[in-house]
Amino acid sequence: MVPLIVICIYLALLLGLGIFASTLFRGSSKDYMLASHSIGPFLLLMSLFGTTMTAFALVGSTGEAYAEGVGVYGLLASSSGIIHSLCFFVLGIKLWSLGKKYGYTTQIQYFRDRLQSDKIGILMFPILVGLVVPYLLIGVMSSGTVVSAVTQGAFRNEFFATHDYGVPPALGSLVISIVVLVYVFFGGMRGTAWANAFQTMVFMVLGIITFWIISSELGGLQAASQAVAEKHPSKLIRDVAQQDLDTYESDLAKWRTLAEYNYAANEAGTLKLTDEQKQEAVGAYKGPKIGNWKARAEATFAAKNNLLNLSTLDKNKAYVMQDDRFMPEEVPSSWSVAILSGEELNHVPRNEAASERAFTDETYSKNIGHPDDDLDPNDPSKGKKWTRKRAEGVYKATKWSPEKPHGMHYLEFISYMFVPLSVGMFPHLFQHWLTAKSASSFKLPVVLHPLFIAIVWIPCVLVGVWATSAMNGPAPMIPPHFNQNAVLSKMVSDMSTPLLSGLLIAGVLAAIMSSLDSQFLCIGTMFTEDIVVHYGGKDRFTDKQVVIIARCFIIAIVAVTYGLSLLEPRSVFSLGVWTFAGFSSMFPLVFASLYWKRLTKPGAYACVISAFAMWCYFFYDSDFAGNTQYTVLHMNPAATMVIGSAIAMVVVSLVTRPPSEEHLKRFFPEKS
Amino acid sequence: MRYMVWLLVVALIILRQDLWLWDNGTLVFGFMPITLLWQGGISIGAACVWFLATIFAWPTDLIEEVEKQSEGGE
Repeated sequence: MVPLIVICIYLALLLGLGIFASTLFRGSSKDYMLASHSIGPFLLLMSLFGTTMTAFALVGSTGEAYAEGVGVYGLLASSSGIIHSLCFFVLGIKLWSLGKKYGYTTQIQYFRDRLQSDKIGILMFPILVGLVVPYLLIGVMSSGTVVSAVTQGAFRNEFFATHDYGVPPALGSLVISIVVLVYVFFGGMRGTAWANAFQTMVFMVLGIITFWIISSELGGLQAASQAVAEKHPSKLIRDVAQQDLDTYESDLAKWRTLAEYNYAANEAGTLKLTDEQKQEAVGAYKGPKIGNWKARAEATFAAKNNLLNLSTLDKNKAYVMQDDRFMPEEVPSSWSVAILSGEELNHVPRNEAASERAFTDETYSKNIGHPDDDLDPNDPSKGKKWTRKRAEGVYKATKWSPEKPHGMHYLEFISYMFVPLSVGMFPHLFQHWLTAKSASSFKLPVVLHPLFIAIVWIPCVLVGVWATSAMNGPAPMIPPHFNQNAVLSKMVSDMSTPLLSGLLIAGVLAAIMSSLDSQFLCIGTMFTEDIVVHYGGKDRFTDKQVVIIARCFIIAIVAVTYGLSLLEPRSVFSLGVWTFAGFSSMFPLVFASLYWKRLTKPGAYACVISAFAMWCYFFYDSDFAGNTQYTVLHMNPAATMVIGSAIAMVVVSLVTRPPSEEHLKRFFPEKS
Repeated sequence: MRYMVWLLVVALIILRQDLWLWDNGTLVFGFMPITLLWQGGISIGAACVWFLATIFAWPTDLIEEVEKQSEGGE
């Protein structure tokens, strides 16, 4: 209950801050959306950093480092430190000068004028908003996951039993969305910028405290990293260590024996151990007595005594069934000839919902209950009752095949340099560039942004990597097939006191909310400026009506995002990368609009349409971010999209009529 | 000096591709994976290079011109 109280107090504080900022609200839509251009360098730095490096940086980077190892930092953090600031220099200052000259407040206003095309706004608006939605989704989804994880056991009422007696993720997401909406509504851009600065500081300070506590609990920095070097050395490099391959092969062989035994005993009916044999098997078993350990003991016994006599086809069927994968209606003929490799098995779709059998199968479900209750009231040494998440985790860890270790491809690593180009088209940043009070406000963010990234990412990546080898008694703290979005909250709740857990999760929520707020406000501004006022006319709506319309649109987008968050969850890191990749794919357009006089209106359309078409196709092909290993020619899809959209733009521009000299003079003035 | 700054930016981009540390699992100071230390160094290097950029490559002419124009217009 303590973490829940801490989180509630933090949310109340935040609401107070938003309401205080609203007392400074001057009532106009310009003040609401742009804080009357009064955002200085510090608030700009905090706002930019808070928006670009948030749920993605904390929850996403920890989870991805747990899955992929330390290479994650090089993929996005160091590249962002270089590219983000480069974009500020190359694009930001030029856009600021044009915003100052011609009074643009949104990127669509700029493109409409630069390309002399009204319809480019109609094309770009849904694409830009559509790309912001997955980014919002990351925040909404993560907030529910972390609140639920850290509050488990907070209630006694059976109503909460299906959520491990904690706050249901859907409710957590809803509350966080509402809190952000309230302070965005009350405070507008000024409230948002203040809340952003406050929350960015909160999550940076608490992040460092989290890191220190976790490393201490793991026996210190050296012991924590040493454990990884001993158990999972691949996590410290970007290749696969021979030791990890050997462990995998050995685990796979054991798992195959279990699968064959279960098939022979339960499906084919060709093997039935006698009671004596079963007793002997259990007596000889030396592994951990958890989950389906009796079946594993019997399988080992059967294999040792050559009792498993299955055909190649039956063995392959056994693996598919044991791994909860869908049996094809027509079994491929190759299955009768050769044993499926681990990789081939992974290509057979898995029934992910099968893990819910942990709630009905007596082997696992008998241990489920309130996490504060003893498993055996007469013998507290047996430990506490399992949460449903833990039962599901044990089910997957003991039933499913081991995960094959994999390295990173050189091309994938190099091509990630294209992903941070997204800042060039991020609506929120674009708006800051166009409307900043002075260009010198950019200096502080340009210099400190790479450092801030390092301060947040390095501890998160280390914690994620340490999580692969952290132990909870004899068992790993994070079992195989664990939801990587929940790695950070699991580490925090297992390794600190309830009070600290609450504080640390408040820090994580701060990071999440500081991302959501600016995006909410930005899409509201875009809708009113680029659609409502642009097509309705400036005099049709009063200032108050404009603010109300912006708020209604924001609520609609939040409702859509919240609805999407209730669907099957996705990896935070993958979703973030897809959003960034989408914005990156339109980078050639903004760059050409500032530096290439030959850019034409049809060329711009070709760029946007080809970028969007490629994004949709690749996103669909990756199972809507479900395939976290998805690459195109071993590269991140962003590389293909940026190059593809640039080629489309250049070719179409060159074969169409260039803009008039008079028009170009407005954007490319001759140097005096 | 302006060109030197841009050369440093290019150098950072090249140094970020630390393919030479691909399978090096050395723990520096007993806890820091060498590739993470290298990439962290790139972040610090980036902050230094961008600091130099704000001094030597800041487009003062463009900014002054725009500010003058906007003052004249207001």
